[in-house]
Amino acid sequence: MPEKTQPKVTKQVKVIKANEIDPRFKYEVSKVPGAKKIMICFQCGTCTADCPIARFSDSYRPRKLMRMTQLGLKDRVLSSDNIWLCAACFTCVDHCPQDVEISSVLRALRNMAVKEGVMPVVFRDLSSNILKTGYAYVIPALRLRKREEQGLPPLPKASLESIAKLSEVTGFSELVKKKKEESE
Amino acid sequence: MTSYAIFLGCTIPARQPNYELSARKALAKLGIELIDLANMTCCAPPPIQSINLEASLAIAAYNICLAEEADLNLITLCTGCFESLSIANTMLKADKQLKAKINRILSQAGKEFLGSKEVKHYLQVVTDDVGLERLKQNVSKPLTNLKVAAFYGCHALRPSELLKFDDPERPQIFESLIETLGAKNVEYRNKLKCCGGLLRGYSDDLALNMAREKLVNTTKAGADCIATLCPFCFVALDIGQMQVKLKFNEIYDMPVLHYSELLALALGIDPEELALKTHKIKVDKVLNKII
Ligand code: SF4
Ligand code: SF4
Repeated sequence: MPEKTQPKVTKQVKVIKANEIDPRFKYEVSKVPGAKKIMICFQCGTCTADCPIARFSDSYRPRKLMRMTQLGLKDRVLSSDNIWLCAACFTCVDHCPQDVEISSVLRALRNMAVKEGVMPVVFRDLSSNILKTGYAYVIPALRLRKREEQGLPPLPKASLESIAKLSEVTGFSELVKKKKEESE
Repeated sequence: MTSYAIFLGCTIPARQPNYELSARKALAKLGIELIDLANMTCCAPPPIQSINLEASLAIAAYNICLAEEADLNLITLCTGCFESLSIANTMLKADKQLKAKINRILSQAGKEFLGSKEVKHYLQVVTDDVGLERLKQNVSKPLTNLKVAAFYGCHALRPSELLKFDDPERPQIFESLIETLGAKNVEYRNKLKCCGGLLRGYSDDLALNMAREKLVNTTKAGADCIATLCPFCFVALDIGQMQVKLKFNEIYDMPVLHYSELLALALGIDPEELALKTHKIKVDKVLNKII
């Protein structure tokens, strides 16, 4: 006798509990420059349809992230790896019929996630490079030496002093350093 | 002679002397003077904006202030820098409150953003200041027979409302500039889609899938090379081909050149002067076709 087939396990849909919802969240997000129009996303799905990342990723769906933000699912959104997948190509921004600046909303969400202590390694590395060298990507000393021999003028030095001041008043340096200590 | 303050950013001086050399030499030949200002820093690109928007706007604005003090408009080679600086410039010009806030931050570094200068990508400078007519007269080695697949990347075109570079759905600037050099522009599928460059290091898997699509489609279209405007797109498609080979076991051998390199060659600049060895995918095929 053939073995009894196991009942098919369907994917569990996670119930949204009322206490998971932060009704102030969308207002908080909408106050950030560029993110105002999150309020009027009407879920048409154009952003997901045109997103080059969504084409290759099983999990990244900008429309869904907009909805979760509107619903106030703050913790789920801010802890999601997905918010870090946007490549800032701005296709959705150009195509959204409601003029929602999706990537600016995602940028606002990332800024909030950082404040809550989330910062993916690459992002942290680029940020600490700026504090150390003035540039997100470190310019190797060898390249600087080779410039003259290749016929390039010397590269003027970046003002580390100004970067330090701007980073300090905005809290940028603290965010980057704090994360670094924690992860070490 | 028109003068601009050049904003180099980091990726070009860090790893692409081929880009910088070709652009400097070609623009000089076309009568565009590039002035290197002291103290310029990072442009604060999207990954940095992701950490803290205010700090990023302040850093970008700081660089614009340097150009304002020198009474020069800015020119960029990297479209990433073009986008970051343009976004800051436009946002601050349009929003008085935001400008006041960023100026309070900038005062710590002794600067004030006025909003008196423009940020331009060199493609716009060649189109607007030099003009296709004059460019054509300067071409001494037309790239006849060369089939070029133009790849804009994202940050020249979008967000179109802020950047106002060209029609984001049917852009023409790049294609016209390629044809003015005597080359043939070839169309290919999904030309305006992202190369995945910004995802490198965070999700290499997605990034390589996206880069691979460009290689598949430009190969199908019969292109001799891809032309780029951005050091990130260049990395994604040139060095990216090595990684695509490892991951998908596919070899495309598709040369990737910055437009400035094609421009320099067409203006008769000696290829020996252009650090072409920087390319991971050899450009000999291209040189053989045009010399
Ligand atoms: S395209 Fe705009 S309106 Fe439509 S789902 Fe996306 S954000 Fe919402
Ligand atoms: S900006 Fe981000 S979300 Fe929008 S289409 Fe591009 S990758 Fe997708």
